[in-house]
Amino acid sequence: MQTDIIQGLASIAAGSPLAEALKARAEIMRLSDASHDAVLLPKAPGGLSHAMRAALATRMALWLGDDALAAHYQTLLAKTGAAAGELAVTVAATEATPTQPRLAAIVRHIDLLTREPRAATRADIEALEAAGLDEADIVRLSELAAFVNYQARVIAGFRSLQGVM
Amino acid sequence: MSEPVQNSPVHEFTAEPLQWSPYLKPVRLEEATPEQLDAMKVTPSNKKVSEYVLTLAHDPESLAVRSPLFNAIMYGRDGLSRAERELGAVGASIVNRCVYCASVHAAQFNRLTERTDVIARIFADGPAAELEEHQQAIFDFAVKLSETPPAVTREDAAALRDCGLSALEMADLVLSAAIFGWANRLMHTLGEPLRPPAKPVA
Repeated sequence: MQTDIIQGLASIAAGSPLAEALKARAEIMRLSDASHDAVLLPKAPGGLSHAMRAALATRMALWLGDDALAAHYQTLLAKTGAAAGELAVTVAATEATPTQPRLAAIVRHIDLLTREPRAATRADIEALEAAGLDEADIVRLSELAAFVNYQARVIAGFRSLQGVM
Repeated sequence: MSEPVQNSPVHEFTAEPLQWSPYLKPVRLEEATPEQLDAMKVTPSNKKVSEYVLTLAHDPESLAVRSPLFNAIMYGRDGLSRAERELGAVGASIVNRCVYCASVHAAQFNRLTERTDVIARIFADGPAAELEEHQQAIFDFAVKLSETPPAVTREDAAALRDCGLSALEMADLVLSAAIFGWANRLMHTLGEPLRPPAKPVA
């Protein structure tokens, strides 16, 4: 049976107490992987290419302090063929931000939703609209940020549990 | 003073029922594509769709998988009790300041436990709230998992184990807190909670 993304990145060994417990949650693990594909590799990516999504996910994984998750998204970014372009340099690296206005607005919002979602207001959505994003792209961007933050927490939580079992 | 105050935005935590209003134009049901209708579970017998779902329908691929995932995590069989999953949801919603999510899941916790003092203390004192030992371990774990970067440690996990939680119960707590890392980032950032207009006194 194939290991799912979360159990793989959390290094949950087959036969361990957590792996045994998670057999009762196989549907949740399957839907988590399906969510990964829906936000990273959607059939209708709209104004957010698969490469852009992988680059943004890499950036979030770095903010979330998860090197294994960042490596997963760097690999996904490389598969899109954009690993050496602007996305890799200014989006997939937290120490840099793009200058192109639309991309800068996207990165700013991703950082906000990852690092301080509590501070988000209506003005942040208006800033995205001003940068040229339509409703659908704003929702797509929000789902991407929300999913990666979910995924990173399941991985972090499972890792902490393994330490005490 | 005679001006009626209607649908005012709510910025404080409450267990009262709230409405939610999007900052974006939601999908219009009559203009929805077959894929959007499918993601919203719109059928001839069920055409009641919330503003929240109509907003998320702009991205039907995500909505179609997140809804069953959310239900499996919050309402699945065995493992962590319903009330304790709600406590995990509240812990995350406090950190992310999602007033709407906090109100819904605080009310569910209160209903399931038939007490209101736990939520009252959490709303008053936030992440620093002091609770009974068992609930403290669950709440603290959810709070720390919700920070960026996630701050849960071996000690937080050990506190859960020492309270007698099974491996499946602990996994369910991780999942319930984490799914609100998702839900809060939609609900709190794409719209705002409103207080329903007071019903006129007849």
